[in-house]
Amino acid sequence: MTTASEKPGPAPVPTLRVAVWRGGAEGGRYQAFDVPRLPSQTVLDVVTHIQRHLDPTLSYRFACRVGMCGSCAMMVNGAPRWTCRTHVDNVAADAALELAPLANLPVVKDLVADMGEFFEKWARAQGHFKGAATRAEPFAVVDPATAARREADAGIECIGCGVCYAACDIVAWNRDYLGPAALNRAWTLVNDVRDTAREERLEAVAGDAGCHSCHTLMSCTEHCPKKLSPTRAISGLKRATWSLAIAAVEEA
Amino acid sequence: MSRRREVMLWTAQRATAVVLAVCVVVHLVTIIYAVRGGLTAAEILARTRGSIAWGTFYSVFVIAAAVHGAIGLRTVAAEWLGIRGDVAEVGMSLAGLLLTIVGLRAVAAVVA
Repeated sequence: MTTASEKPGPAPVPTLRVAVWRGGAEGGRYQAFDVPRLPSQTVLDVVTHIQRHLDPTLSYRFACRVGMCGSCAMMVNGAPRWTCRTHVDNVAADAALELAPLANLPVVKDLVADMGEFFEKWARAQGHFKGAATRAEPFAVVDPATAARREADAGIECIGCGVCYAACDIVAWNRDYLGPAALNRAWTLVNDVRDTAREERLEAVAGDAGCHSCHTLMSCTEHCPKKLSPTRAISGLKRATWSLAIAAVEEA
Repeated sequence: MSRRREVMLWTAQRATAVVLAVCVVVHLVTIIYAVRGGLTAAEILARTRGSIAWGTFYSVFVIAAAVHGAIGLRTVAAEWLGIRGDVAEVGMSLAGLLLTIVGLRAVAAVVA
């Protein structure tokens, strides 16, 4: 007979073993936490639980929580991911997570990487729009069905999360390499018919750490959470810089 | 200037890769064909000595390999040793020159 006092309680909440990188630019170590495992839990939920309930000194970065802002990316079990849209169920097969700041970038503190060089390279790749029209003129009409606009649209949804940059072996080997995101951005602008800095931009991406350094390993394309293909963009830049160089030779 | 150099080096490496693909196939087929009756220096020299066709073929092979390999070594120097700029350019040129000289000398030895 089961008495009232022997009634089984609620099933124990399964826990997730989480190793979190703690430290700054000078180095650090992994710290272990046990986090209750919940249905539909994202990796960002796990990090937030640790900061709110276990250790308020943990630093991490997030904003929108819905895959729009690109600020919560980090290394999850060795691979770069956007943590707000990464379900624990899909990445923690043995109920364990290892979280670290994005690879290939300096660490500010704990899970926060310094994105400075990542965005400086966007600037170096001329990743900004340069138009000729003034605000007094009517909107430019761009046919979305044209080949150029389709190329631009294919890469335009980049949220600048840095996942591709952290996944890229060339960035790890050559610290000056512009990286997949900056080159993808340049390619969208090269295909923007309103832009007036095409040649300048193609010059900017054709240095000795530019698009020609890409070995087409495709880690960027494999890891991009938005399913973009920086590899395709970089191939496009190689073709475009080649055409530009040939045109220059023919002119000479 | 350096921008156009990158485009040209990249193009040269791809173009020489195409040439090498053909050369390697011809070379391998020749080897397989040649060793059917046993491999002797006399047999090789009988085929190559005085042959303009083989001399031209292997000269093209050597030059393509020298160009392709030298550009590749420049990339290896940049990515594995962190050596870029003038030192890498000079190193690449010397490596290419050395491969060309040594290779053409070998071609001359079996053709001339």
